[in-house]
Amino acid sequence: MRDKYPPPAPVASPTKSADQQPSPPAPEPQALAAPALRSDDPLEPAQAPQAVTVTGSVAILQALLTEGVDTIFGYPGGAIMPLYDALYDYTDRLEHVLVRHEQGAIHAAQGYARSSGRVGVVFATSGPGATNLVTGLADALIDSTPLVCLTGQVFAHLLGTDAFQETDVINITTPVTKWNYQVTDATELPEVLAKAFFIARSGRPGPVVIDITKNAQLQAFEFLGYTPCQHIRSYRPKPLVRPEYIREAAALIAAAERPFVLFGQGVILGNAEAELRTFLEKTGIPAAWTILGLSALPTDHPLNVGMLGMHGNYGPNLLTNECDVLIAIGMRFDDRVTGRLDKYAKQAQVIHLDIDPSEIDKNVKARVPIWGDCKETLPLLTALLEPKTYPEWVQRFRDCDQKEQEAVIQNELHPASDTLTMGEVIRLLNEQTGGEAVIVTDVGQHQMVACRYARFKRTRSNVTSGGLGTMGFALPAGIGAKFGAPGRTVVTISGDGGFQMTIQELGVIQQSGLQLKMIILNNQFLGMVRQWQELFHQRRYSFVDIVSPDFITVASGYGIPGQRVEQRSELASALQTMLQHGGAYLLEIMVGKENNVFPMVPQGCGVSEIRLK
Amino acid sequence: MSKQEYTITVYTENQVGLLNRIAILFSRRKINVESLNTSPSEVPGIHRFTVVVNETEDVVRKLARQMEKQVDVLRAFYNTGDEIVWQELALYKVPTPEIAEKVKVERLLREHGARAVVIRQDYTVFETTGQREETDKLLHVLEPFGLIEFVRSARVAIIKASDGFHALLKDFEFREPGPDILENEFLDKQDKVFAM
Repeated sequence: MRDKYPPPAPVASPTKSADQQPSPPAPEPQALAAPALRSDDPLEPAQAPQAVTVTGSVAILQALLTEGVDTIFGYPGGAIMPLYDALYDYTDRLEHVLVRHEQGAIHAAQGYARSSGRVGVVFATSGPGATNLVTGLADALIDSTPLVCLTGQVFAHLLGTDAFQETDVINITTPVTKWNYQVTDATELPEVLAKAFFIARSGRPGPVVIDITKNAQLQAFEFLGYTPCQHIRSYRPKPLVRPEYIREAAALIAAAERPFVLFGQGVILGNAEAELRTFLEKTGIPAAWTILGLSALPTDHPLNVGMLGMHGNYGPNLLTNECDVLIAIGMRFDDRVTGRLDKYAKQAQVIHLDIDPSEIDKNVKARVPIWGDCKETLPLLTALLEPKTYPEWVQRFRDCDQKEQEAVIQNELHPASDTLTMGEVIRLLNEQTGGEAVIVTDVGQHQMVACRYARFKRTRSNVTSGGLGTMGFALPAGIGAKFGAPGRTVVTISGDGGFQMTIQELGVIQQSGLQLKMIILNNQFLGMVRQWQELFHQRRYSFVDIVSPDFITVASGYGIPGQRVEQRSELASALQTMLQHGGAYLLEIMVGKENNVFPMVPQGCGVSEIRLK
Repeated sequence: MSKQEYTITVYTENQVGLLNRIAILFSRRKINVESLNTSPSEVPGIHRFTVVVNETEDVVRKLARQMEKQVDVLRAFYNTGDEIVWQELALYKVPTPEIAEKVKVERLLREHGARAVVIRQDYTVFETTGQREETDKLLHVLEPFGLIEFVRSARVAIIKASDGFHALLKDFEFREPGPDILENEFLDKQDKVFAM
């Protein structure tokens, strides 16, 4: 990196000081000069760049404004106080959401990014503030969520001295970030922040951490304006689209008798929902989704055959091992999707479309790799294909669906017994929201049930922790999702276990008056682990019988109304009350204690060994 | 697929923390790094990592792709031993009286192409460069003569088939590079080309 920053003019630092105390500002080299600033930039008229002496903190906030940031999730502390001090003057332009724990901040930023398609921004202080971000960073990296996290750091001259609240943030976050960088000199800030936003949102998105020492936040320097980054020499956001592979793939698809599309979040991240739909409708190929790809294609689309993976639908899993050409679009063949790899689609020729070259051949060998953004590659592929339908092949999925309806779905959505099921809650929710809501789920049984049965009409409507499986994700992510899509109904669905992991974020709802609808599906167990213990550990229920507080009373302590539902007769009206209430609302629904999620591909089995019970 | 020795050559930006970012790709997969060298490359400002591992080609290919995925990495290449020219440097510290008195030692040192770097009354430091077996051989030879210290450097390697990185780098620096580079030519005009 050093070579990228032109060395400061020789007059600036006559002596090299190891502690990097704020030095007299160096004249800014011409290379960093901004051509023209946006006209809405309050510091500058839209003319030739003029140097303004500002602190690093002000430069940061200017950078955020130029990047179009409107919401920040954060928590102040010692090492980030200069930035918060500067923020005090920016509250008319930047909304800062004070969370109750930094993990809440980063999950909220994830929810914001997922529902809005923009970069989520987090402020946290050094030491514990920064380490509390780690779970969210790992979650955002594995689920390709664009985030820019700014962490405070001790003064540069204290680095490595075990100073108060000092921790080695760069090395702690290296495995869980797409990129990270420590700034010790304010003059670096404009270029580093520009890189941070560019890297976070381009290519396969991911989280970026910028660790900023307190002296850099305080340091006054000659700020010449902020220019967003367009290009980094060593970074290829998108690989070259190779026409020969497109042709090869098209020939393979044209000759196929039983082609099958699997799509993931790549479709949503690439804003390629329309391109996917055009491709499917022209080629007539049935398509199934990973849980992160959910909502990219409307649920009631005739070619949408359902969910892949461990608790996915029966047909898509079974027929993965019967298709002859498998077209994977923006998905990464996670083990929860593939089950045992040596029993996965061995008969099929695989075409893999992905923006990240390292995903090709990582888990499943591709016969034809199509490297690139599926927004670009899908239309190229569509153009080479003739309109077609596969009535008999699609009928196979319908037949499987019928079998699954009888064995599982009917009982789950319309149970005969008095015990409430998670499925019927989702069914009633679908009826009342019309598939227009953003559904944010936590991790566990309720997550699988919600993904299986929630119906969606719009993209970016399903927010869940897929890759990392972070319990406690839903409440803060739901807060963020509501900030990211303020005009939409946002409903979080949690279990009784996960809700307690980040329950403190109810305080954010109270303070901001956010209209977030929360459902707890309470089975009085850590249900998914209990299900595994029942099925694979001879019902040895080891530490899954969690005792919960009275959630309704807890919520009322935060000024949030709610009610507990135990009878089927109350359910529909309770959901209606929740959705129609003019503020946040918590609904705790007591569901069957030992209900299981089926179908299921047991671990270590192939996808075609999917069990209906 | 059986394991064999691969030499991975990585061209990177020269950035603080990048060594760690590269190293954890190995440790995360519990792969032992046999040797690691960082040095400047033929291009000013571009660093070059040379990493040696014993792994299957499949694993090494995935590792190379993970490396290229890193923002500050330009390219990663992997090669088997026959595709590279490589050398290591070794230093041997031996008591001067031993070699001064024993004619045999002098002959052995000459046979192994060793060069004296430092000669003092009490000890002498010899240096050889060569492949692992060659530096090892001299180590065994010197052991009976009171070898005091031994150290060997990491491997440095030149790829036989490579034309250097200059040409590649020039393309990397352009926004819209030529067709031989893995860069999306439509990147900067996406909306115009792919308006649906």
